Amino acid sequence: MNREPSTAAPPPSPQLRADLLQQLKAVLALDAIIEETESQRPFECDALTLYRELPLLVVLPETSEQVQQTLRICHALSVPVVARGAGTGLCAGAMPHPEGILLSLSKLNTIIEIDPLARTARVQPGVSNLSISEAAEIHGLFYAPDPSSQIACSIGGNVAENSGGVHCLKYGLTVHNILSLEVLTVEGEQLTIGSQGLDCPGFDLLALLTGSEGLLGVVTEVTVKLLPIPEVAKLIMAGFDTVDKAADAVGRIIDAGIIPAGLEMMDALAVQAAEDFVEAGYPREAAALLLCEVDGTHEEVEAHIARVTELFSDAQASSITVARNEAERALLWKGRKSAFPAIGRLAPDYYCMDGTIPRSQVARVLNEISRLGAEYDLRVANVFHAGDGNLHPLILFDASNPDDVRKAEEFGGKILELSVAVGGCITGEHGVGLEKMRQMPSQFSKAELLQLEEIKVAFDPMLLLNPGKGIPILKRCQEYRALPARHRHMQGQHHE
Amino acid sequence: MSDCSAEMVEAVAESYAKKQSLTITGGGTKTNILGRAIDIANAPILNVSAHTGIVDYQPSELVLTARAGTTLSDITAALASEGQMLSFEPPLFDGRATLGGTLAGNLSGPARPWAGAIRDMVLGVQLINGKGELLNFGGQVMKNVAGYDVSRLQAGALGTLGVLSQISLKVLPKPEYSTTLCYQLNARDALEQMNIKSALPKPLSGACWVEGHMFLRLSGAADAVNQTAKLWGGGQLGDDAPVWRQLREMTHPFFHGNDALWRFSQRPTSPVQEQFGDTLIDWSGAQRWVRGEHPREALERAAEEAGGHVSLFRGGDRRSEVKHNASKLEQRLHQRLKYAFDPAGILNPGRMYSWM
Repeated sequence: MNREPSTAAPPPSPQLRADLLQQLKAVLALDAIIEETESQRPFECDALTLYRELPLLVVLPETSEQVQQTLRICHALSVPVVARGAGTGLCAGAMPHPEGILLSLSKLNTIIEIDPLARTARVQPGVSNLSISEAAEIHGLFYAPDPSSQIACSIGGNVAENSGGVHCLKYGLTVHNILSLEVLTVEGEQLTIGSQGLDCPGFDLLALLTGSEGLLGVVTEVTVKLLPIPEVAKLIMAGFDTVDKAADAVGRIIDAGIIPAGLEMMDALAVQAAEDFVEAGYPREAAALLLCEVDGTHEEVEAHIARVTELFSDAQASSITVARNEAERALLWKGRKSAFPAIGRLAPDYYCMDGTIPRSQVARVLNEISRLGAEYDLRVANVFHAGDGNLHPLILFDASNPDDVRKAEEFGGKILELSVAVGGCITGEHGVGLEKMRQMPSQFSKAELLQLEEIKVAFDPMLLLNPGKGIPILKRCQEYRALPARHRHMQGQHHE
Repeated sequence: MSDCSAEMVEAVAESYAKKQSLTITGGGTKTNILGRAIDIANAPILNVSAHTGIVDYQPSELVLTARAGTTLSDITAALASEGQMLSFEPPLFDGRATLGGTLAGNLSGPARPWAGAIRDMVLGVQLINGKGELLNFGGQVMKNVAGYDVSRLQAGALGTLGVLSQISLKVLPKPEYSTTLCYQLNARDALEQMNIKSALPKPLSGACWVEGHMFLRLSGAADAVNQTAKLWGGGQLGDDAPVWRQLREMTHPFFHGNDALWRFSQRPTSPVQEQFGDTLIDWSGAQRWVRGEHPREALERAAEEAGGHVSLFRGGDRRSEVKHNASKLEQRLHQRLKYAFDPAGILNPGRMYSWM
């Protein structure tokens, strides 16, 4: 279901395209520029395929110098630039702009250096998340953030979205696990942000750039922190006959002073779908399932597994299973990690939401989601990073049915607004992109949105980097109307 | 416990209208450290220390929200009663340090390499920008990627982007048990040992070297701590070795006196910089302190060679720059960002850099 291209804008002038092409050809290899529509198709969307658009050109530079020259050219011609990593994002953040270039960084995929003693890795942005840990393994080290897409997703994309993963309650998000960035400004100037030390002078641009969705600069190199691989990790699974009991069990673990490496909850529909898909041994009858992983030294893990077992039992778990070996642990995780595709088998399409809520609200929110599901007559499965309150409801629908699509989007929007209403936010880790622009005003006041716009303008005065995504542009809308219709992507409704 | 945000908003809005600069202070514990000296004759004081109180604390959510003038002593006491703590071990400075000042200064104690800084723990802020607008960013949840991360941007900004009004933080359980190991070593060998041990999956939570001794702190489940202590040897100093508190509060004899005090933040494996005299090594090598008068260029060159930066933390000439030299591009971006929050340039002007 193609979303209508965002603009009814006039097509870009053929002269501009010709100039751009000529200049890019002077700095890039011929096969690094994709002009034909059919060859551009693989780049028309990210993993949120509801939103599609074709760019003016796709370019795939091989060096950071080529990225720099590409940016300079685009800046001189006022051509929008949308950077893309592996395209695994879930918010249409990497959807191309019809009047701009799609800048794929996938060919910058070298691990430049691993320093085992200083525990760092210096990598190019197109390197996949998992390959960093694979390369570090011989040194007994790993890169902690592990989004479910870690086999494919790129570290540059992780920085753009501040990606998390199932282990971020203990190990933090991308922002906690990187030391420095090489960034190109929209003008193509090179800037080093951060250092090989821990604190830096001046503003914390490393934090500002992380999660900025490609709106402030283009990352050409990342130095990540590596951590020692824990001696041992153990997984304990518990089924509960109500969501409330599972939520209570989560609170008990935290109250006992234990920070698990991962703490995941799945509801009945998610459990059944995952079990049908991978036969992990999940309790099919459970209303909610918890997976709790603890890692550390042998002594610590033994002590914590014993304690968590006790707490689950106190919380009236209907079943408790401790994985006896690595194979069992891997299988139990496989059920969780493949929950999205498993749920995807239940309907032609699913729409994944990403609100974060205070943990204490989970039972209330799941009940309300279930009520809304009945109202919209759409099924919904819930996968929840219970440790950090990040909820992923998956709305099942049929994209070939326009009414279904409308209902799914409206339902999704209601879930995000509900997340804000209970004290949470509209996106925990997937980003705003194009998709959640409409919900930004439910989380931010007009003055707050204008403050975000001022930050954008500080880095990118002409609004050329990933225009129309991440933050609504309120103040400068009119001024730029004269220029190509850069901000007509779904402007949010403001409230005071 | 009182909410003074309305008065604070009014004060900033009035100053914005008059283009009158303001000097923001809380407990006054960092007036003479971290930033440049400000001439308060031209920038009257806006004191936020009356804006106090823990607004919300849910131990099982691991989140605490407090007004910026709340003292860290009050916060750590509330946390301790629930067996929790501020994991980044900020200095309490005789109980006068405030939450707002701590975020503005981004000061962390010896646990920094393992537990992060306040920058890593801040979840949300309410601030008053330079136009007198009361704004909220982030929130009280662990993960939030809507909009730019304005909350973390306040860490170390020395109040130049906004008057901090309210802050939400992630807090953590106190470790069950800690112990400290002590070894007689020279600085070079200590650095090597710290880095080797930091790469092992053991419950290390502190690693410093001062005056011929390396100290390692272990924290976690009692069995895990005791087993590791047995394995690593060294002299056992028990669960309350004074060195960590002395580092955290900067009361260690190394910091005594009024000499210029320089702080290097750099690659933990970088060699000892003997040319600057005695050094104190903390953060498993990632933070080094030296004292006395040294040519600025030599200090900056040494820091750059070590992949980091140096700043004049205390004393010395606080009228000229105290932070590591910024490039032209860095200056431009800083000035633009400052303008984005504070278009009239009235909030702590000159506190971070002379040109901002």
